[in-house]
Amino acid sequence: MNVALLIGLLLAAGLVAWGSERFHRSLPNWVALVSFLVATIWIVFVWLNGPSEGGLYGSQSYEWIPRFGISLTLRVDGLSLMLIGLTTLLGAVAVVSSWTETQTRQGFFQFNILWVMAGVVGVFSAFDLFLFFFFWEVMLIPMYFLIAIWGHEDKSYASMKFFLFTQISGLLMLVAIVALVWVHYDVHGIITFDYDTLLETELDSSVARLLMLGFFIAFITKLPSVPVHTWLPDAHTQAPTAGSVILAGILLKTGAYGLIRFVITLFPDASQEFWVYGMSLGVISILYGGYMAYSQSDFKRLVAYSSIAHMGFVLVGVYSFNDLGIQGAIVTMIAHGFSTAALFMMAGALQERLHTREMSKMGGLWVRAPRMGAVTMVFVIASVGMPGLGNFIGEFLVLLGAFQKNVLLTVLAALGIVVAAVYGLSLMQRSFQGTPNPDVPEMKDFAFREMSVMVVLMVGLVWVGIYPQHVLGMTDAILPLLGVVP
Amino acid sequence: MNLLWLVPTFPLAGFLILCATEGKLPKVVTACIGAGSVGLSAIVAALVGWEFVTSDSTSCSQVLWTWMVVGDFNVSISLYLDYLALVMVGVITGVGFLIHLYATGYMWDEEGYSRFFAYMNLFVFAMLLLVLGDSLLLLFLGWEGVGLCSYLLIGFFHTDPENGYAARKAFVVTRVGDTALILGLFLLFREVGTLDIQQSLDGARNIWPDGSTMNSAIALLLLGGAIGKSAQVPLQTWLPDAMAGPTPVSALIHAATMVTAGVYLIARMQDLYLLSETATLCVAVVGLVTLFIASFTALVQSDIKRVLAFSTMSQIGYMFFALGVGAWSAAIFHLMTHAFFKALLFLASGSVILALHHEQDMYKMGGLWRKLPIPFWSMFIGSAALAALPFTSGFVSKDAILLTAAHSETLGMTFWGVAVAAAFMTSLYTVRMMYLTFFGETKTEPHDKSKANMWLPLIVLSALSIGGGWLGFTVLQTLFGDKGVHFELHLKELVAIATMCVPLLGVLVGCVLFATKVFDRKKLSDSALGKAVGRFWFVGWGFDKVYDTLIVNPFRWLARVNKSDAVDYLFRFTTLVARIFHNLLTVSQNGRLRWYALTMFSGLLFVLIVVALI
Repeated sequence: MNVALLIGLLLAAGLVAWGSERFHRSLPNWVALVSFLVATIWIVFVWLNGPSEGGLYGSQSYEWIPRFGISLTLRVDGLSLMLIGLTTLLGAVAVVSSWTETQTRQGFFQFNILWVMAGVVGVFSAFDLFLFFFFWEVMLIPMYFLIAIWGHEDKSYASMKFFLFTQISGLLMLVAIVALVWVHYDVHGIITFDYDTLLETELDSSVARLLMLGFFIAFITKLPSVPVHTWLPDAHTQAPTAGSVILAGILLKTGAYGLIRFVITLFPDASQEFWVYGMSLGVISILYGGYMAYSQSDFKRLVAYSSIAHMGFVLVGVYSFNDLGIQGAIVTMIAHGFSTAALFMMAGALQERLHTREMSKMGGLWVRAPRMGAVTMVFVIASVGMPGLGNFIGEFLVLLGAFQKNVLLTVLAALGIVVAAVYGLSLMQRSFQGTPNPDVPEMKDFAFREMSVMVVLMVGLVWVGIYPQHVLGMTDAILPLLGVVP
Repeated sequence: MNLLWLVPTFPLAGFLILCATEGKLPKVVTACIGAGSVGLSAIVAALVGWEFVTSDSTSCSQVLWTWMVVGDFNVSISLYLDYLALVMVGVITGVGFLIHLYATGYMWDEEGYSRFFAYMNLFVFAMLLLVLGDSLLLLFLGWEGVGLCSYLLIGFFHTDPENGYAARKAFVVTRVGDTALILGLFLLFREVGTLDIQQSLDGARNIWPDGSTMNSAIALLLLGGAIGKSAQVPLQTWLPDAMAGPTPVSALIHAATMVTAGVYLIARMQDLYLLSETATLCVAVVGLVTLFIASFTALVQSDIKRVLAFSTMSQIGYMFFALGVGAWSAAIFHLMTHAFFKALLFLASGSVILALHHEQDMYKMGGLWRKLPIPFWSMFIGSAALAALPFTSGFVSKDAILLTAAHSETLGMTFWGVAVAAAFMTSLYTVRMMYLTFFGETKTEPHDKSKANMWLPLIVLSALSIGGGWLGFTVLQTLFGDKGVHFELHLKELVAIATMCVPLLGVLVGCVLFATKVFDRKKLSDSALGKAVGRFWFVGWGFDKVYDTLIVNPFRWLARVNKSDAVDYLFRFTTLVARIFHNLLTVSQNGRLRWYALTMFSGLLFVLIVVALI
């Protein structure tokens, strides 16, 4: 497939959506929805056709700034294709979830959504470090606008915090990239940002450690991991529903993707040495994130903290350095994309109906909106790690892989399963169960528009849960590249 | 045999249909789907079972599809049937169908009729996967699935926050055990390299022919899971609260099937335990402690369902105890007879509760035996079986357990003594329950509206509670063959007679104590010591209190204190510093020319001094 064309399509659709606002108010929504659906169908076809020789689904390379060895190298392997597919699918979900929520400047809103997604697709397919960094920034700015313009009461604080965290950590990555290129130039006399060439760079172990840290910090800030997670709860709470869906469903995955694609491949030895720190941070994220989730009284904030816990599993899996752990991390990324997108959509739907996210003002909502209750239950138990649904497969494989590496850390991480049950069920209890709150106004239950999205996400979760082989099979091929012990 | 996959499929289909129709079907149709799916499943199970028993094979499996493959880790979704699984499937679908049938009547007037049967069907599906799963991971799927359904059904009446609390407690407490179980799976995989049950047992036998610490560690971790699910000490605290669920739920999940999953797990992994004396001893001790504690607790409860809950705990304690002393088939046999008589007791008490408009306090019952004949006689038969009176199924199974225990090498007679003492208590609390509920003066007037769909299951279960024992044990023993049956009795006759007589003695003492005025019970219970002991027993020996103080309250406190995330202070501090500098510099920008001239001058002076000094 031609990814450049896909990125171009999303960018162009963004402009069209912006312009189409003047003809009809809801036209931008349709433009965005149709382009995401077309993109998704396209990717499904590419997937069904299978990879070409060498396991790639597509590969393009155009010159960009030849003087500095920068080129537009885009490549799609199994991992990239899967994440791009998730991106376009959740793009459609995001558009549907904000269908009636945004009342102002619909065109610009959809423009931002489409451009974030274009940036994300670029991140998932760029095989030139400069290009990668370029897309990394492309996805940041529209996201900032989404929060800053259409966010809730505390939007300017949250959007600025999001921007600063990402920007500062991104700066570290830029420095690391330039330094890596410089080291390569020093040895070989060629300036290049090409991924494959840079893979061959021989680094001093102390230099490698430093550069690895630059990438590592950027990616775990995006992931996010404790202690650099504090932008996430604010950003999520304040973002409009579509923003939260994209943020949790996709943007966090770029951090995980970066760890797998860049940190452990560019600096294999330094990363291997670093495993105990990486895994410990993951375990702390699982426990602390889960615990903080339980402490929250804001529906959206609770889900945001639960994301930190789930991303902790990704970190643990990646730093297990074996096939089980990494495959588990990848499955977790996909499953978390589905389950959390749904929960954020639910949070948005509740806010639209009740004008609050505070759970003390909810309670007994099942009686008023049984469909919403049942749907929330499904995604909560998915997030709790019920076998048969996708998240379990991911977390199980991660823990199984981590167990081969270190027993103590795995035992601690496994306690996260109990914590997940505590916060998940408490979310359910405080919002949908219990005595119906008399102050809650009459509320509409989910109708066709919302149910259809939810059903798609549920089917996705069950699919990953009982036949994860589709996901696992696609990423099998990259494992040798990661230098993991099989 | 090819039809095996259909057994779990029917309840799953029932669940999916009931979900998709969102409760819009007429009640009669819902009832037909809800109970019918389990009925069909029972019929298919009977066919498959018959074919299996008449064939020569001792086990068969059916691979459905590959679940996941990662490197050496390979799990498929496949079903495995042997005699152990067959007994379990029989109990789940057979007793399950009777309870579903009963529930069609019991739940008729309740909100959420369709939702109830959807959950129940899902439960049966998950439970069937648990016992049919060929790999421990599929077993774990069923294991968590039944836990989920238990949560959903305990909290079925979700508008009452107390039910929600009980449901969450059940889920979280069993999850603690599940974590141990899953760690056991990790360890097993690391050591043996597979999660397939039969392969891993073979592997264990080959790797550790004489047992090892690793083997014991795995066995103990699995025991942790079993303890949580089967409500054994120290993870037993959720079961009494679980009685918040509708009574058919208590009968199906919290008496007949789910809570016995732990017994099934240990029996399934028998070879692993046979290799480890430590682990078997632990199983026996856990069972013994639980059966002892629970039988005393049951004696002082006032809620009829709580009496039955503690009695369930204690009976499962007997099963664990049996597993621990090597009476494998007796344990499974007791599991089966217990499913019959405990389901019967719960359903009969459900009829009483319904007739008294949801009154569960035994002190408000009494004198009902003429007014509710079918529940009374059912309960009478169930109680006789529970107390292990001769000529009931409970007698056959419990006798087998106690006699094997007396025979066991390690702590034979001590074990036997404690277990028999608890058997005495069992008779005592059973008599108390029967007396308070059905005899004495009538305190509440009953209105029995039950129809055939409610009393038919009672009659069938009554018949099984009596007859189930006689046809069962011999059959079971031959079926299990040499697989772990060490049931040969070379006992001094005294022990055998004592074992038989103790329950009768208990009944006798109970009758004297509760039904006559020979002893003044009030005096005993009103004395300071009596009150304290009664109180201690009533709250289940204080486990809840300890957990609340040590774990739950600190956890909640910390959550409250740290709601705004201490880590963020680090970054807020940075912003604060930046703000302070910002404000300081803002002050300097005051727009006054004199001020600017002054600062310019002092800056210049500063630079000059620095230059001069260098």
